[in-house]
Amino acid sequence: MRNFSGRALFLDRSDINTDEIIPAKYLTGFAKEELKPHLLEDLQMEEFNPQLDVQGSSVIISRSNFGCGSSREHAPWALEVNGIYLVIAKSFARIFRQNMFNCGMMAVELDPRTIDHVFSVFSGPGTRIVTDLTQNIFKIAGNDQTAEIPFTISSFDRALVAAGGWVEYADAKY
Amino acid sequence: MGKTIAEKIFDAHCVDNPSDDVYVLKLDVVLCHEITTPIAINDLISRGKDRIFDTTKIKAVIDHVSPAKDSDTAMQGKILREWARRHHIEDFFDIGRNGVCHALFPEKGFARPGFTIIMGDSHTCTHGAFGAFAAGVGTTDLEVGILKGVCAFQYPKTIKINITGNLAEGVYAKDVILSIISRLGVNGATNKVMEFTGPVVEKMSMASRMTLCNMAIEAGGTSGICHPDMTTVEYLWKFIQDDFSTRDDALNAYRQFTSDPDAAYDTVIDHDVSRLEPQVTFGFKPDQVKPVKEMSKIKVDQVYIGSCTNGRLEDLWVAAEVLKGEKISDSVRGIVSPATSDVYKQAMEEGILKIFSDAGFCITNPTCGACLGMSNGVLAEGEVCASTTNRNFYGRMGKGGTVHLMSPATAAASAITGHITNSKLYKG
Ligand code: SF4
Repeated sequence: MRNFSGRALFLDRSDINTDEIIPAKYLTGFAKEELKPHLLEDLQMEEFNPQLDVQGSSVIISRSNFGCGSSREHAPWALEVNGIYLVIAKSFARIFRQNMFNCGMMAVELDPRTIDHVFSVFSGPGTRIVTDLTQNIFKIAGNDQTAEIPFTISSFDRALVAAGGWVEYADAKY
Repeated sequence: MGKTIAEKIFDAHCVDNPSDDVYVLKLDVVLCHEITTPIAINDLISRGKDRIFDTTKIKAVIDHVSPAKDSDTAMQGKILREWARRHHIEDFFDIGRNGVCHALFPEKGFARPGFTIIMGDSHTCTHGAFGAFAAGVGTTDLEVGILKGVCAFQYPKTIKINITGNLAEGVYAKDVILSIISRLGVNGATNKVMEFTGPVVEKMSMASRMTLCNMAIEAGGTSGICHPDMTTVEYLWKFIQDDFSTRDDALNAYRQFTSDPDAAYDTVIDHDVSRLEPQVTFGFKPDQVKPVKEMSKIKVDQVYIGSCTNGRLEDLWVAAEVLKGEKISDSVRGIVSPATSDVYKQAMEEGILKIFSDAGFCITNPTCGACLGMSNGVLAEGEVCASTTNRNFYGRMGKGGTVHLMSPATAAASAITGHITNSKLYKG
């Protein structure tokens, strides 16, 4: 299973779409690795610099409707090759969410109040998250604060994560 | 409680039910083209899983950019071609025998009532015209389809669209589906199956039913679906005559895949088309639709007749009837792309291509090409295209270009006048 812990990257905006996650012009290649330098390249946000902020991050925390737009699976792949296997948000676009779990990664929704709280207390470059998948808890530490935040995922999604994605899950099971 | 067609297909194909509403379905056909499949193939190779669940159930075509226009598209074709050879996939259709996937595969008899079909392409919903559950999927789902012949879906909710009334002359399936999308909105059927029923659908040819189902995704629908009937059996007869002794036997067997009268629908809509006029889109979303006569001021630079929506023989017949003895406007570039090699051949034999040519149309080989702004008729910035395709997103047929969706009759008439025009076939 992948490691769902590490430094958090806060993207304080709703409706971050798949074009912003990975621009369409990079879809013609054949290797996922080629996507690596282009993650979030077109995301225009104050105090966000894709060159500096992506590197070293392992978790993205964002607002609602993350991953909307086209169905391209290049969006989770671009995260994957950068070592970002977990996105926490208020809500996700359906296909992006499915694509994440299909790739053995996690897209976890938290209720609006919890997300607001996480942004207001922990937003910043030094925050780290440890994911405890046995107890379903995110342990967050940063800005001299800590918190334990419970989350839920379905048994099917959990199985996909444990298997490393739908390809491995299905190949073993069917 | 009765069941819908989609529910019956799910029940008949369910191999696992890993959580409440998630069904893992056994697949009858996995369709592949050269844009989305190569990356799935490469990923399977990198996982050491370059395998195929059943070579007879995988069908592949090079259609989107054919012939290849540059080294990148040539490489996409090459990866698919070599994979098909390596795995002895017999139903692989290369240039000269190819065609736009959702026109070609039904023509070969691959879509059947009760089938489950996936493809890495959003317009896979087209195949539902045969009473199949057919859905577009992402790369990982496609990989698993190729490897294991299964795919996971949410148990289907269905919107029943009962199409009633009588279509006026010169009004076609394309006008009907545009009016339905305009009514439902681009998200109106998201996550749902759109079941097209009623007297108007019963009278439609398979080609028209495919036009209907093709655009289900433009309302967000997972799949379009029509009840199999004698029209379906007639279309498929040459492929199924060894399996059934009579057409009635075939129909009886297929009847298991029709919805029960007491099936539970998410929504039921009655859609009366008696007063429907020819329709055309105006903005950059397929639910922005108006009657053609309200759009007659719009000048067009290019007219495109083709695609998986309206590039079949029936569509070319209608356009040719409008174009016969006419010349297209000097200010218009007319392009017709017969959807498949067989459509091309038949159109040639029937003299239809000559009518297009005499009218001043350029005839291309079968390919998606211009429909997705890849080749054979890409628009320049600021240009306007009257098109029989299915997506009018900004820049879809070329960066900065505008697309107006319409029927082949309206497209042909617009080519003659140079602006969006009702055809002479419409007697409204
Ligand atoms: S004709 Fe257009 S819509 Fe149809 S499969 Fe080809 S690119 Fe897609």
